[in-house]
Amino acid sequence: MTLALTIGTEYYLALSALLFTIGAGGLLVRRNPLIMFMCIELMLNAANLAFVSFGKEMGDLGGQLSVLFVLVVAAAEVVIGLAIVVAVMRRRPKASIDEVSVLRG
Amino acid sequence: MIQNMSFIASNSLQTPSVSWSGLLPAIILAAAAILLLTICSLTPIKITNQQLTIYTCVAAVGSLVATIPLWLRVQDESRGPFSTISGAFGIDGFSLFVTMLLTVSVILVSCLAGVFLKSEDIEGPESYVLLLLSATGGIIMAGANDFIILFLGIEVLSISAYVLAAMNLKRIQSQEAGLKYFVLGAFASGFLLYGIALLYGATGSTELTAIRNFLVDTELTNDTLLLAGLALIIVGFAFKVAAVPFHFWAPDVYQGAPTPFVAYMASAIKAAGFAAMLRVLYVTFGQYRADWQPVIYGIAIATLLLGSLLAIVQTDLKRMLAYSSISHAGYLLVGTQAASDQGVAAVLFYLATYAFMVIGSFAVISLNSGPAGTETDLNSVTGLANRKPMLAIAFTVFLLGQAGIPLTSGFFAKFYVIEAVIEEESFGLAIVAMLAAVIGAFLYLRILVKIWLTNQETVSEEGKMIVIPKQVSFVLTIATIVTLFLGVWPEPLVEMVQRAVPVLMAS
Repeated sequence: MTLALTIGTEYYLALSALLFTIGAGGLLVRRNPLIMFMCIELMLNAANLAFVSFGKEMGDLGGQLSVLFVLVVAAAEVVIGLAIVVAVMRRRPKASIDEVSVLRG
Repeated sequence: MIQNMSFIASNSLQTPSVSWSGLLPAIILAAAAILLLTICSLTPIKITNQQLTIYTCVAAVGSLVATIPLWLRVQDESRGPFSTISGAFGIDGFSLFVTMLLTVSVILVSCLAGVFLKSEDIEGPESYVLLLLSATGGIIMAGANDFIILFLGIEVLSISAYVLAAMNLKRIQSQEAGLKYFVLGAFASGFLLYGIALLYGATGSTELTAIRNFLVDTELTNDTLLLAGLALIIVGFAFKVAAVPFHFWAPDVYQGAPTPFVAYMASAIKAAGFAAMLRVLYVTFGQYRADWQPVIYGIAIATLLLGSLLAIVQTDLKRMLAYSSISHAGYLLVGTQAASDQGVAAVLFYLATYAFMVIGSFAVISLNSGPAGTETDLNSVTGLANRKPMLAIAFTVFLLGQAGIPLTSGFFAKFYVIEAVIEEESFGLAIVAMLAAVIGAFLYLRILVKIWLTNQETVSEEGKMIVIPKQVSFVLTIATIVTLFLGVWPEPLVEMVQRAVPVLMAS
């Protein structure tokens, strides 16, 4: 007896929504800039997963294609972000965003 | 032979036709940026700041000139707006108007940058390259007819702007501004992208034309996915244009970033953000206006009131202008909320006039901020009228313009926005907008009192001589003349914005 397992699109979408929530929540809660970057990546990849699953469900190539663009953008964003963090942390060895608080209104 | 050729052609990859002339404004800016970067990284020649300013201005003027034949073509009844790259990029009056606005602000900002980057000791071609690239992103945003292109435009614009904010590596505030801008900007991009993904799922396309046609043709039985996507997109845009409650980054970034780039952010980035927002909300989701209008209504009221109230309690000039720029975003949202052609025209008029006033204001603040460019406290303008009467007069014009006093362009900007929203019978919003104008006027008067009526108690040690360089006086003169001219005779710009209607053209 073989177990036929089909995973419907809704599961993928639920996972993507979960990833997005973890990313957005993590960004608001965590204070380590590197972890915050990872959270941003999670949010973007959640969107990627949603694109792919919608595209697969509709048999449309557009969704898969969008992912390529998003990947490029995400890479560029991380490069810039890490550069800024390195620049900031050179002056302040402790990596916590709370330390970065000269500007306050 | 010919049959053979067509056989090959049909087997090869079909690429969409590209109207190069339509993309020329963006191509000129991007090519200029890449050329400058290549020259500067490959050759040991040291290029002076002045040469860089001239180079950037020439590129921006070239881009501005390239929009003129397009504008004439689009206004021509028989030809009209068109789209290229299989409908992914649209060239209409709206996108061309925003392109012109962006190139003009690049010209003005690069004149300021030439002088003030030297005083902040961050000379070098990088800032100019990033400025040009960022403007390219803005042009792409204004013309994008596809959500993925729109996303790419926003990212090109923002990623360059993150670096511009963090440009001064020696100053802790600048780095902090860059980090905050980056984290919150990337957060907003995440929301925007997820919203786009949900809309793709709901409508089956990322093309704005296809989405609009889908919404017109089909009655959705379950539109949860669509509304969730729309909500996420509005959050993403609200972050980019610094609307309450997504405004936290603006005051910190405005205070910390190098002043010329703050002027760029307040003028050009705001313009590009609103251009994208209008195209998505008004043109594409016009069918769903009953769903998004109340949201924009609420955000507009919060932005207007909080922006003008918080501006009053600030003690730093750059922070004051940051909060005032938040409240200006509120007026722009009022025009967006109207969701009519008149509202769109009013928003464009507002963006154009505000760009000159805000670039001028930041130019004055930079001039007055001492040799290191860090003295931006409210007290730093005390007695400016005695020290530099001409500078004080120019600043007064910009501040009165932002307050919306008659005989300045700011008055008509506010007037048209409020008129547009009254036409659509949102009287509550109109009343709040007028109320916010009164509260806002208090802020500008507070600065004006410092300039004109307060005498400097202690003359600072070095006497604080302000020398106005040529480029800066050029910027100040242009900004003052435009502000006053449009305050007396707004018709030329009004006529132009009325022709700048956004449309979605299929390929």
